[in-house]
Amino acid sequence: MSVFFFAIAAFIVIAGGIGVVAARNIVYAALSLLAVMVGTAGIFLIGLAEFLALVQLLIYGGAVVIVILFALMLTRIQDFEFLSANKHWPLALIVSISFLVLFLISILVNKRTITEMSGVDISELGLTLFADWAIPFELASLVLLIALIGAVVVVRRDNEENR
Amino acid sequence: MILADIIYLFLKASLLLSFILVVVLVLTLAERKALARIQQRKGPNRVGFKGFLQPFADALKLLTKEDILPSSANKRIFWIAPLAVFLPGFLIWVTIPMAQEVVLSNLDMGLFYITAISVLSVMGLLMAGWGSANKWAMIGGLRAAGQLISYEIPFIMAILSIAILAQSFNLKEIVDDQGTWPFALKQPLGLFIFLTAGLAELGRTPFDIHHAESEVVGGPFVEYSGAHWSVFYLAEYMNTFTVAVLTVILFLGGWQSPAMPFTGTLQMIVSLIWFLSKTTLVIWLIFWIRGTYPRLRIDQLMSFGWKILVPASFINIFLTASVLYYGLGEWVITIISLLLILATFYFIRRGSLSKTKQDTVRVIRADDIRAQLSSGAEG
Repeated sequence: MSVFFFAIAAFIVIAGGIGVVAARNIVYAALSLLAVMVGTAGIFLIGLAEFLALVQLLIYGGAVVIVILFALMLTRIQDFEFLSANKHWPLALIVSISFLVLFLISILVNKRTITEMSGVDISELGLTLFADWAIPFELASLVLLIALIGAVVVVRRDNEENR
Repeated sequence: MILADIIYLFLKASLLLSFILVVVLVLTLAERKALARIQQRKGPNRVGFKGFLQPFADALKLLTKEDILPSSANKRIFWIAPLAVFLPGFLIWVTIPMAQEVVLSNLDMGLFYITAISVLSVMGLLMAGWGSANKWAMIGGLRAAGQLISYEIPFIMAILSIAILAQSFNLKEIVDDQGTWPFALKQPLGLFIFLTAGLAELGRTPFDIHHAESEVVGGPFVEYSGAHWSVFYLAEYMNTFTVAVLTVILFLGGWQSPAMPFTGTLQMIVSLIWFLSKTTLVIWLIFWIRGTYPRLRIDQLMSFGWKILVPASFINIFLTASVLYYGLGEWVITIISLLLILATFYFIRRGSLSKTKQDTVRVIRADDIRAQLSSGAEG
């Protein structure tokens, strides 16, 4: 049964991924990205990682894709409604092939047999995150804060130049 | 086996859908009657006894109307958008309990599931705005995205402080935890933030700048008509009901009543009635707010969200967590919360009286543009 659902989720992820790359309309590409995110959340759900699945939907589906769409729509959409020549495709090809090789090697070398799947209780997750890994967690939030302040600084300077 | 499961699942889902449809029909009539009462009118009173069949007449009219597709609209996105708005709001209902046993699937992460799923409906509004190929729809869609993303933060933070109090994400456990005192008494500030941000998430009248008729005509819905428009309408009323139900579950003690002399099926029915009557009260409050408050301006909306609600919700979480950590007794939260509500009102009052310019959006006036154009500078 879970193989069946995995096939559906994997199909959504792969079709969405192809859509992101191949769509000529940039809004379609952004919506395909949403499909990839939802499919990935589905795969997490099959792996009994409910928390991760919901976070995936909340952060990537709810925030990141919406911000991308928002930015696309604030620009003049007619200017690049149809994407054409992309000069950097050889570089992209090299990077993606090397990632594929990396993943294949790591899968083939690390032979681990899964006997039984079990989910992680959310309270256990919270205790681990905020007790054992508190400092890395806070560091990550610090990085986000710096990015936020940086964005404000950049926008401020731009505004003053315009005036 | 699997086929039977799937059929059973479909039956449950269609039962839920029909329940929601009936609720929406009742709500449309109730809102028109309530608004009429506030504005000293009679409201719909022609169809059926005192106008009680009006919703059916409305539904029939909407379904038989012509569905218009603007010629320059993006057909696929235009048709999918209503579904993308409706579906997340409907999926929330999988885990909402109405009484001790009346729930489709009691998820352990129910509260988190609700916040994660509800966020996705913004996508539908953006799609409707962009797909319509209409500048009002476009501006309305962008406004919707900005507003919903901003008010999500206080909304989720208010929910989180409830989760801290109840020590659970499970909606049933949260209700069970309110056996003696509902969380409204322990979290007055949380209730205020939740209701205000909830109204903004719904886009109901004090916060309906994304489909404000006088500014952006009808916002993202401007080009829709007939059955597709009615799906947006359905989603709006369903979400109103959802916010009212969530307020009851999280703050007003759900189906808990002062005394419960019954057991078994009778207990279930009585607690369901108790739950729905609490929900009705919250819905009346929402209609009342709609009838009596004027619409905010977009810069007021943004500065209210970011300068008042977001800090207040952070303070609320900090307060709740530290009182629980140091074991100070929960009445401490109540007292400090009430003081904070007074402080919030003071800041709102001061903000509305101050003459200083508070532009969160850059306002460009027509005269400035003309001056810029005549001086030959590039805009």
